Formats: sequence, structure tokens, C-alpha cells
Amino acid sequence: MLPSYLTMAAILFCIGLYGALVKRNAVIVLLSIELMLNAVNLNLVAFSKYGVVPSLTGQVFALFTITVAAAEAAVGVAVLIALFRARGTVNVDEFDEMRR
Amino acid sequence: MDQFTQTAWLIPLFPFAAFLLLTALGRGYRRAGVLIGSIGSLAALVMSLLVFFERLDPDAVDYSDGFKWIDLGDYALKIGFEVTNLNALMLVIVTAVSFLVNVYSAGYMKKDERITVFYGYVALFTFAMLGLVLSDNMLVFYIFWELVGVCSFLLVGFWYARPAARAAAKKAFIVTRIGDAGLLLGIIVLFWYMPGHALDFSSIHNVFSEGQSGAITMSITTSIALLLFMGVIGKSGQFPLHVWLPDAMEGPTPISALIHAATMVAAGVFLLARTFDIFEASAAAMHTVAYFGGFTAIFAATVALAQNDIKRILAYSTISQLGYMVMAMGLGSMTGGIFHLFTHAFFKALLFLAAGSIIHAVHTQNIQEMGGLGSKMRITAWTFGIGALSLSGIPPFSGFWSKDMILASALDENPFLFVVGLAAAFCTALYMSRLFFIVFMGKSRLQQPMEIRESSKVMTIPLVVLAVLSVGVGFVETPWNGWLGSWLSDGSEEVHANAAAIVASIAVGVLGIYVGWIMYGKGSIERGAATARVPWLVNLLERQYYVNEFYNVVIVKSVRGLAEGLRVFDEYIIGGAVRLVGLTSVAGGRVLTRINNGQTQVYGLTAVIGLLVIIAAIVGRRFW
Repeated sequence: MLPSYLTMAAILFCIGLYGALVKRNAVIVLLSIELMLNAVNLNLVAFSKYGVVPSLTGQVFALFTITVAAAEAAVGVAVLIALFRARGTVNVDEFDEMRR
Repeated sequence: MDQFTQTAWLIPLFPFAAFLLLTALGRGYRRAGVLIGSIGSLAALVMSLLVFFERLDPDAVDYSDGFKWIDLGDYALKIGFEVTNLNALMLVIVTAVSFLVNVYSAGYMKKDERITVFYGYVALFTFAMLGLVLSDNMLVFYIFWELVGVCSFLLVGFWYARPAARAAAKKAFIVTRIGDAGLLLGIIVLFWYMPGHALDFSSIHNVFSEGQSGAITMSITTSIALLLFMGVIGKSGQFPLHVWLPDAMEGPTPISALIHAATMVAAGVFLLARTFDIFEASAAAMHTVAYFGGFTAIFAATVALAQNDIKRILAYSTISQLGYMVMAMGLGSMTGGIFHLFTHAFFKALLFLAAGSIIHAVHTQNIQEMGGLGSKMRITAWTFGIGALSLSGIPPFSGFWSKDMILASALDENPFLFVVGLAAAFCTALYMSRLFFIVFMGKSRLQQPMEIRESSKVMTIPLVVLAVLSVGVGFVETPWNGWLGSWLSDGSEEVHANAAAIVASIAVGVLGIYVGWIMYGKGSIERGAATARVPWLVNLLERQYYVNEFYNVVIVKSVRGLAEGLRVFDEYIIGGAVRLVGLTSVAGGRVLTRINNGQTQVYGLTAVIGLLVIIAAIVGRRFW
């Protein structure tokens, strides 16, 4: 069972990574990041159930990750709204403040 | 008792102080400059004479003192001075000629704009030469040896506006450097093999005079001697490296007298005398030295026969006489070599200064344009005549006694070299009489008629003093009086008296002068006779055996070719590599600017690629 869960998580992570690196819309980038986090959650839960040393700690950790991810999404969307107000766009290509 | 000997280290410091003062004063103080330079050398002369007179005491012991310079573990390098009879004699020669040249230059260089600089250089040279004479070990000796080389370079190139002077200065420096490399190697080998790495002359004497007691093997001794002799060849203008000395005549004439006749070129002979024990320990080295000297003597004397530049004739004569000294050393007669050095210093300085007086009056160095100067420049003519007779080896002038001593020892040791020496003596007498008769007799052949007057007193007085010395100094060592020899070597050297040598040397001297008189004085033989009969020989002599041309083709051209090849290598290979590095950095910078565009996603992508590379590297290592 474990390999199929891991494969699933890997595919999910790659889709998320692809979206985070390629998509222009900042909302979709945020969503892609969530996707990657969830791929990690899937791994944690899979290992806590089918790993060599099954343990509940993995599931507890997944819960923590979900909590932190929720907070991250809230902060991310808030930043995005502020940016949209300031720049009038959500296109990631146009955000190049780090260059200066 | 010997309080002056103990303070002999002060002697070089007088001219050195004069040098510093002259350099600090600058060019403005022309009269003061002359005075300072002369006083510096006078003080050194007085001090040297005091030391010399102290050394005349037969009970005087060699004195040396110094301080530790560099401490290397259990080995200490010292700087020190040493006073021996030989050193005291050299001190007097150097300071006497130096002082007279200082006085003479006040007249000769009077109109030169840089007379203060000139006096500064002369003072520096005197300092270096005295340091060389007094040094008590090979390393200090080598330092001063190079320092006199530098002064020679500066003074040959004194009139640096003239391209010939610049070229001559460089040539003098580079050619002597070839010999100096050998000398340095010799010192290093000596340092390596000497017990306790001692380099001081007294240790050298002790080790080598024991006659191969096993401290240093025969082959090592020979190679040390030959390497040291390379330095002698360079400095004293012996055969393969003599080419710089005639060219060095581009310098002011007082310099030719001081450096290139009396003192610096004799430093090589002095080195031979100082390290004589090394040479004596190796028969092969002694033979080499003797044959090099003998060949140089005859070689340079024949070249001098066909030259037309008055200073060049004297320069070749100097080379020839140095050859005599070296030959005497090689024949085992250290006294003969040093005695000839001693007399030669005075009469050759006299000849050069007299030549300077002539050049000063007629503004040319070509003897074919002179003539009939005898009646107009009486003092110069008389003193020059005394110098010429002395050089030609006519008794009772000093050159006769010293040359006779060398020839007598040659007759004892090596009859072949005796014949060579006689032939060279004949040539010497011939070219000196040729020079004398062409310059002072006959009619004036000047291009533009001009009024010729005797030089001023400040120039003629040194001539007279040197003329008196040229006559007088020969009597310190005569066939019936071996004072110099026993004084120099603590009474061990016997007198070489040989009636055959005396008769032969007088005969060739007189014969040479007689032939010269017939050809150039009386005019019985047509002057062009030699040119008509054997044009190739005259041409060969005039061109100085094509040695310069030979060096130019074989050495200068090949070195230039090598340099050109290295230049191309440097330009395209090394320079290309440097440019490639530069271009790579610039191109890399451009790429990085592209990447660093402030967009989060590009940064993210870069990070992911980096991660992949690291993973690939870690995974890849397993399969390696």
C-alpha cells in the first residue's frame, strides 16, 4: 500500500511545484503551495500507518501542518490583497521588488 | 702601536660621507662639490698612508675586526674588515689615484653641467672600491664587487644623452654580469664545502694552504677556482669577456683612468691575490689562469696596434697589461702580479689623464687628426712620454721592473708563455711609440685649425705627480731588492733574478720603440706599407678580430630570437589565458544579471535546479 500513497504524494507535489513556478496568477500560485503542503501531509500520514515503525506522531504532525498551512494561506491572501490594492494586478511576473 | 690599522674601517667612510653630502647638496654647489669630493678622497689618502706606514713595520700582524650581521642557528655571517700588507698597498693605490683624479676632474669636467653628480659618483666608487679592498670575507667582498660595477655603469653612461654612452654602459654592466654569475656560484660552492661554512679570507687561507689535507677534494677546489676566475675574466677584461672595456671609454676620461685602468679592473687581479691559496691548490686552475692571461696579453696588444682612437688604444693596452698580471698569478708569482698592478695603476692612470688633457685641447680622439702637439703641450707630452716608456718596459721606469719580474718567472715556469709575454711586450712598445710619434711629432693634421694650449695647472699637476710616481715606484722590487715580495708574503718569496729575462725584455722594448720610430717618427717605412702588403691582417686588427661581430651574431641575435619567441608566447598563450579569464568572468556576470531579475518564480526555479544538482551528485556518487 505504501508505494501507491507515496507515488500519489509525489505526483501531487510535482503538480504543486509546477504550478508554483509557472503560473502567473498569484492566487493559483498560493493554491499550488497548498497542494505541495498536502502532498507532504499525505506522506506523513502514510508513513505513520504503513511505515517501518508506525506511530501516531505522524498524524499529529499532519494536523499541525494543516493548521500552519491555514495560517499561511490567511497571511498569503492578505499580502496578495495588499499588493493588488497597491499595484492593481495579481500577475506574479510584475512583482520584481526583490531586484531593487 | 697600530692605532691607525684598528681604525682602517674609517677609510671608506670618508668618500661615502662625501657622496652623501654631494647627493644632498644637489647640482647648485659646483665649487663646493669639487671641494667636498676632493677632501673626501684626500682624507682617505692620508688615512691610507698612515695605515700603510704602520704596516711597514716588519712586526705588524694582520688585523681584522667586525660584527655579526646575520645569525643563522649555529652559523653567523659577519661583516668585517681586514688589514694585511696586500690590502694596505691596495688602499694606497686606490686612494692616491682617486685623489689625483678628483683634482684633475676639477679642470677636465669644469664646464660640465652635472659636475656635482660626477663627483658624487666618483666618491661612491671610491667608497665601494675601498670597501672591496678592506672586506674580510667573500660575501662582503662580493657586495662591494657589485657596487663598483654599478658605479662603473653610472660613470660610463655619465653622458647618457649620447646613444653610444648608453649602449656602452649597458654593455659594461651586462658583460661583467656574466663573469659575476660565475663568481657568485664560486662563492656558493665555497660556502658549501668550507669547514664551518666560513667565508672569511683567513679561513680560506688556512684551509687551502695546507695543501689538500683532505678538507676539500681536488675537483671541487678546481671548480671553485675556475668559477672565481670567471669573475676575474669579467671584471678584469680577460679574453672572452674583454669586449666591454674598450666600449667603456665612452665615459669621461678621468673615469677611464680611475675605474677602467687603475682600480676597478684590477679588482679581478686583487681577487686572484686574495684567494691565491685556492688557485695554488689546483694545478689545472693555475694553468688555465696563466694561459688565459697570456693569450689576453698578446691578443689585446696586437689589436692596439691598429686602432686610431687614443682612448681605445689605451683601453686595449690596459686589457693586455691585465693579461700580464693574470698570467703572473697563473705562473705562481703573486708578487709579480701585484707589483705590475701597482706600477700599472700609476703609469696607466697617467697615460689616460694625459690623453684626457690632449682630448680637452683638441676635441677629438682620433690620433690621425692630431700631430705636432709636442711643442704646444710640453708638460702633457713629457708626462705622456714617461708613461709610455714605463708601459713599454724601458729601465729605469717602473713598468720595466714589474714586467721584468713577470717575464723572469715565466722563463722559470713556462718558456712558451715567456715567448708570448715577450711578443706582447714588443707589441706594447710598438703601439706606444706609434701613439706617441703620431700624436706629438710631425705636423698638425687637425680638421679645423685652432689654437692649442697646454691644459690648466689643476690638470697638469696630477700628471706631474703621477709621472714622478711612475718613475719611482718601480724601485720597491728590483732584481737585487726583493722588498715588495718579502713584505707581501712575510719573507717567503725568493727574488727572481734572471739576466736573460732582463736582456730580452729590454731588447724587445727598445726594438719595438725603434720600429715605431722608423715607421711613424722618421717615416722611413711608408705608413700604408702594412695595409698594402697584408690588408686582411690590418683589417682583422682594426676590427678587433671581429669579436664584437661574432658575439652579435652568435649571442645577441640568438638571445633576441629567443626573446622574440618568448614574447609571442607571452602575448598569445599567457596573455590569451588572462584575457580568457576576464571574458569568462564578464560573460558569467551577464548570465547572473539575467537570472537575478527579482522574480520569485525564477529564484524558486534556480533553487530547485540547485537541489536537483545536489541530489544528482549524491546519488551519482554511489554508482561511481
